[in-house]
Amino acid sequence: MSKKPVTIHHQDTLEPHPDTRLPDPHQDTFSKTTQGFWIYLMTDSLLFATLFCTYGVLHSETYDGATSKDLFSLTTAFVETMILLVSSVTCGLGMLAAIQNKRKFVITWLAASFILGASFVAIEIHEFIQLVQDGNSWKESAFLSSFFTLVSTHGIHVSFGLLWMAVLMAQVYRLGITVITFRRLIVFSMFWHFLDLVWIFIFTFVYLLGVI
Amino acid sequence: MFGRLTLEAFKHEASQNIAVLSMVLGGIALICLISYLKAWKWLWTEWLTTVDPKRIGIMYIVVVLIMFFKGFSDALIMRLQQALSVGDSQGFISSSHFQEVFSAHGTTMIFFVGMGAMFGLMNLIVPLQIGARDVAFPFLNAVSFWLFASGAALSLVSLALGSFSTAGWLSYPPLSGLQYSPNEGVDYWIWVVQIAGVGSTLGGINFLVTILKMRCPGMTLMKMPIFIWSALCTMALVVLAFPILTATLYMLTLDRYLLTHFFTVDGGGNYMMYVNLIWAWGHPEVYILILPMFGVFSEIVPTFSEKRLFGYVSMVWALILIAFYSFIVWLHHFFTMGASPKVNVFFAVMTIIIAIPTGVKIFNWLFTKFRGRVHFTSPMLWFFAFLLNFTVAGMTGILLSAPPVDFQVHNSLFLIAHFHGMVIGGVLFGFFAAFTYWFPKYTGFVLDEKLNRYAFWCWSGGFLLAFMPLYMLGFMGATRRLDHYDASTGWQPLFIVVGIGSIVILCGASIQLFGLFWSIKNRKKNWDRTDGDPWNGRTLEWATTSPPPIYNFAVIPTVDQLDPLWAIKRGHSPKPEKRYEDIHLPKNTPMAMYIGALSLVFGFAMTWHIWWMAIVSLVAILIAIIIRLSGDDEHEIITIAQVKEIEAAHKRKMESYE
Amino acid sequence: MKMPKHPVFTMLFFTGVMVLAILIMQPLQILHYHEKIAVLFPKGIIALKQRNLLFIIQVLMLLIIIPVYILTFIFSWIYRADNPKGKYDPDLVDNKIAEYIWWGVPCLMVLIVSILIGIKTYELDPFKAIESKKKEMTIQVVALQWKWLFIYPEEKIASVNFLQFPVDTPIRFEITADAPMNSFWIPSLGGQIYAMPKMKTVLNLIANEAGDFRGSSANISGDGFAGMTFIARASSEDQYHQWVSSTKTSKNLDLKEYNKLSAPSKNNPVEMYQLKDETLFEQIINKYMHPPKKE
Repeated sequence: MSKKPVTIHHQDTLEPHPDTRLPDPHQDTFSKTTQGFWIYLMTDSLLFATLFCTYGVLHSETYDGATSKDLFSLTTAFVETMILLVSSVTCGLGMLAAIQNKRKFVITWLAASFILGASFVAIEIHEFIQLVQDGNSWKESAFLSSFFTLVSTHGIHVSFGLLWMAVLMAQVYRLGITVITFRRLIVFSMFWHFLDLVWIFIFTFVYLLGVI
Repeated sequence: MFGRLTLEAFKHEASQNIAVLSMVLGGIALICLISYLKAWKWLWTEWLTTVDPKRIGIMYIVVVLIMFFKGFSDALIMRLQQALSVGDSQGFISSSHFQEVFSAHGTTMIFFVGMGAMFGLMNLIVPLQIGARDVAFPFLNAVSFWLFASGAALSLVSLALGSFSTAGWLSYPPLSGLQYSPNEGVDYWIWVVQIAGVGSTLGGINFLVTILKMRCPGMTLMKMPIFIWSALCTMALVVLAFPILTATLYMLTLDRYLLTHFFTVDGGGNYMMYVNLIWAWGHPEVYILILPMFGVFSEIVPTFSEKRLFGYVSMVWALILIAFYSFIVWLHHFFTMGASPKVNVFFAVMTIIIAIPTGVKIFNWLFTKFRGRVHFTSPMLWFFAFLLNFTVAGMTGILLSAPPVDFQVHNSLFLIAHFHGMVIGGVLFGFFAAFTYWFPKYTGFVLDEKLNRYAFWCWSGGFLLAFMPLYMLGFMGATRRLDHYDASTGWQPLFIVVGIGSIVILCGASIQLFGLFWSIKNRKKNWDRTDGDPWNGRTLEWATTSPPPIYNFAVIPTVDQLDPLWAIKRGHSPKPEKRYEDIHLPKNTPMAMYIGALSLVFGFAMTWHIWWMAIVSLVAILIAIIIRLSGDDEHEIITIAQVKEIEAAHKRKMESYE
Repeated sequence: MKMPKHPVFTMLFFTGVMVLAILIMQPLQILHYHEKIAVLFPKGIIALKQRNLLFIIQVLMLLIIIPVYILTFIFSWIYRADNPKGKYDPDLVDNKIAEYIWWGVPCLMVLIVSILIGIKTYELDPFKAIESKKKEMTIQVVALQWKWLFIYPEEKIASVNFLQFPVDTPIRFEITADAPMNSFWIPSLGGQIYAMPKMKTVLNLIANEAGDFRGSSANISGDGFAGMTFIARASSEDQYHQWVSSTKTSKNLDLKEYNKLSAPSKNNPVEMYQLKDETLFEQIINKYMHPPKKE
C-alpha cells in the first residue's frame, strides 16, 4: 500500500462504480465507509433522542430540590455553544485544507479544533463540579440525573472526538494526506459536526427552555 | 482487589452445581479433543481470526446451538418444577433459583438463539445472494460476532459465579433497581445484553450498507431476492431500535452504579418510563427475529414448488409495512399499566393493522404452491408446521390486542402460549427450515432426510402438547413465572401434559443433534453431486460450488431479472462468461477476538465492581480500536492463476466422487 | 439431485389428526374443569363482557383462519409433485383480483374489529364506575412483599390476603403498591390492573354471584411472588356486615403497625385489623413523593 502522499482529486471520492472487480478497493471503501458512518450517526441520534425524551419526562421531577431555573447559567451555555461552533468552523477549514492536500494546514486547523473542544470539556467539567459541590449532584433528583446524563453523554462523545482527533493528527503528520487518511478525516468531521448539532439541541431544550 | 466477588459466589444449590460441573467438564473435554486432534493452529487460522462471513456465520450457528441447549435446559427445569410443585410439595429448586432460571431462559433464547440465528443467516446468505464477495465491513462483522459470543460467555459465567438476574428477561424496575435487587444478578444481565446489543447494532449497520452498496451489477432493488428484502427491512429495524435499548440499559446502569433516579421509586424517578422505552425497543426486536424467517420461507416455498414467488411486489410492500408498523405498537405490551382508553385504543388499532400485511404474506405463500409442483422435503415440512402454528398464534395475538381481553390474559400463561407460538412456530421453525435448506451449500452434503422428518414430528407433536394447554391454563387464572400453586386450582394435570410435551420436544431436538452427527458421518453417501445446486435453486447462492470458495464467485455475476439462476437454467438469461481477475480479500486478524475477550472481562469486572479490571479492559479495547484504525486497509490478493487453481482443484474433487 | 419421494398423504393425515385432537381437547377441558376456568365462566358483569368480546373476535378471526387451513391442506394435496392431475403453471406469479381480495378483506375485518375494540375499550375502562342501583363501595388495595393489604376506608377495617364484599355491589378498587410493580387480578370478576408504588390505579369490579374467588398478582415482584394469592368473597349483605363487625376485636393498623407489616414475608395467613389511620393509603402513596424530612 502506497505511503506516499497522493493528490486527492475530488472525483476519486465521488460515487464509485459498484464493481468489486476493480483492483483498487479504496474507491468502494470510501462510499461504503461514509454511508456506514451516516447510519452510525443515526443510531447515535436515536441514543440521544432517548436521553432527550427521558429528560423531557423527568425535568420537572426535582424532588423538592433545585430546579433548572435555579441552576442553569445561560452565559456558560452560550460560551460553550460558541466554542463548539467555532471548532466546527476550524474543522471545516481543516477539511478544505485536506482537499487541497495541505498537510500542515490540516494539522493546524485540527489543533485549533482540539483546543476549542478541550476548552468545552473543561468548562463542562467545571460546571459539573460546581453543581456537585453545591449539593446538586445527579443523586439528588430525577431532574438532575437526566440533566447530568444527557449533557455528560454529549461531553463523553466530545472527549472521544478529541482522542480521535489526536490520533488523526498524528497519522496525518506521519503519513500525509493519503486515500486512507483523507477518508478518516472526512468521517471524523462528520462526527464532529454531528456533536455540534446535538449540542444545539441541548442548548435549546435544556438550557434555554430550562431558564424561561 | 476483586470488588464484591467472594468465595460465596461459587456456592450454589445442588441442581445448579450439577449444571456448572457439566459445563466445566464439557469445556475441558472440548479442549482435550482439540489438543488430541492437534487442531489449535487450524482453529486459530481458519476460525478464530477469520473475517470471512461464511465462517463467521457458521460460528454464530455453533454458539446458537450451545445457547439453545442452555435455554432449553432452563425450560425443562421450569416445566418439571411446575409439574411437581403443588400444594405441600416445593418441587426440587428454590423460589429464588426459579426466578433466575426463567430470567436466563428468556434472555438466552431472545438474544443468543434468536439474534444469533438471525445474524448467522445474514452472514451466510446475504453476500452470496447479492452476488458479492464479502460484507461491507468485514472486520466490523467479526467484532459483531465476538461481542455476541462474549455476551453469551458472560451469561454462562453467571451460571458458575454468583447468581443471574431474578427480574425476568426485561428487568423491569423497581424490581431491577438497587432497592429490590441489590446483588450482582441484574448487573450480569445488563452487561450480557448491553455487550450483545452493541454487536447487533454494528451488525445492523454492516448489512444495511452491504445490501445497499454491494449488489452485483444489474441487481436493482426490485430484482433482489425476497430474503434480501427481508434482511434489508430487518437491518433497518436493528439500527433504529437497538440504540433505544443501549440508552435505556445505560440509564438502568447509572441507577445501579451511580445512584441516579431514572427509574427509582424515590427521587422523582419514573419506572413506567423504563417500561415504555424497553418495549419501544422490544417490539421492533420481535419483528427483527421474525422478518428474516419470512424471507427464508419466501425462498424455500418457491424453490420446492418449482414456481416463482407469487406477488413479489406485494410481498416487498408487506415487509416494509410490517417493519414500519412495528415501531408504533409498543404499548400493547402493557395495556394494563393504567393508560386512558384513548391511548389504549390507538395502540390496539395499530397492532391489529399489522395483521393485514402478515395475512397477505400467508396468502402469497399459499398461492405460490397453487399450480406448482410441491416437494415435501424437510424445509417444506417446517414451512407447513410454521403455517399452521404461526397463524393460530397470530390469531391469539389479535385477541390480546383488544385491551379489555388483554386485561384478563395479560401476563398469564395465555400470553406465554401466544408468544411461544410466534417464536417457536415462526422463528425457530424458520431457522430449522433455513438450516436444512442451506446446510448443503456450506458443507457439500445434505442432512439425513428421514431423521429430519422424525424430528419434525416430535417438534410438531411436542409443541402442541407443551403449549396448547397453556391457553386454557391462562383462562384458569394461572400467571406466568409461578414456581408453586395450590392443588385446589386444578392446574397440575395440565402442567403434567405440558411437561410431557417438553420431553417430546427434547426427543425432537435430540434427534436433530444426533442427525447432524449422523449426516456428517455418512456424508459420502449424501454428497451433493450437482456441484452446488441440490434443490434446483433459483437464486445466486446456488450458482457457486458447495462449499463456496473463499471469494464466493470467481466471476461476479450480472443479473437482469428475479430468480437469476432459474432464468439462466430456462435459457432466459445468458450464462456468465468465465473471465477471471485478481481478487482482493481482507486479511485475517485476531483483533476482533481480542476486543470480544476484553469486553467479556469488562462486563465481568463491572458486574463484580472490580474497578481496576474494568478500567484496564476498557483502555485495552480503546487501544485495540486505535491500533486497528491506524493501520492500512490490509488486503491479500488472490491472483488469476490462484483462482484458476482453486476452481480446477474443486473440479477434480467433484470428478473423484463419480 | 433427485428429490426423494415423500409420503404426502401420511403427513397431511397425521397433521389433520393433531389439529382435530387439539380441537376436541378444548370442549373436553371446558367440560372437565368447568367453573375452574375463571375467564370463561365469569361471576361478574365486567368479566362477562370481556369474555364475550373475546368470543366475538375469536369468531371473526376464525373466518380467516379456517379458509387458510383448508387451502393449506387442499393445495398441499392437489399440487404435490407426484400428482399428475395437478396443473403446473410455473409463471403464474400475479393476480390482481386475488391481491385485492386478500388486501381488502383483512382491511375490512380490521376495520370492523377496530371499531368494536374502540367501543368496548371505552366501555370497559377500569377507571369507569359501574352503573348500578346499589351504592358503590371503595376498597383500597396495597401490594406488599409478598401479600395483599386491603383497606376499607368507610368501614375502618383492613385485612391481609382476604377481602369480602356484598353481591351486586359495585366495588371501586383504588390500588397502589409498596413493593415492585405488581398486578391486581381476580379473573372471575374481571381483568387486572397494575399495582405500582407512588401511583394510584383504579379498577371497578362487581360480583353478580356469591362465592369465593381466587385472586393473585400477575407481575413478578421477587421470591415470594407465587404465594401472593388471596380470596375475594362475595356474600350477602348480612354476611358482609357480620364479617366487618367480627374484626372489632383484632389488632390496630396505624403507620407503625403498617411498617412492621410491609417488611418482606411470604405465604402470609389471613389477618384482620382495625384501621386506626384513615389517611394510611394516601400516606403509602406519598411515601416516596418527597425527601424524608430531616429530623
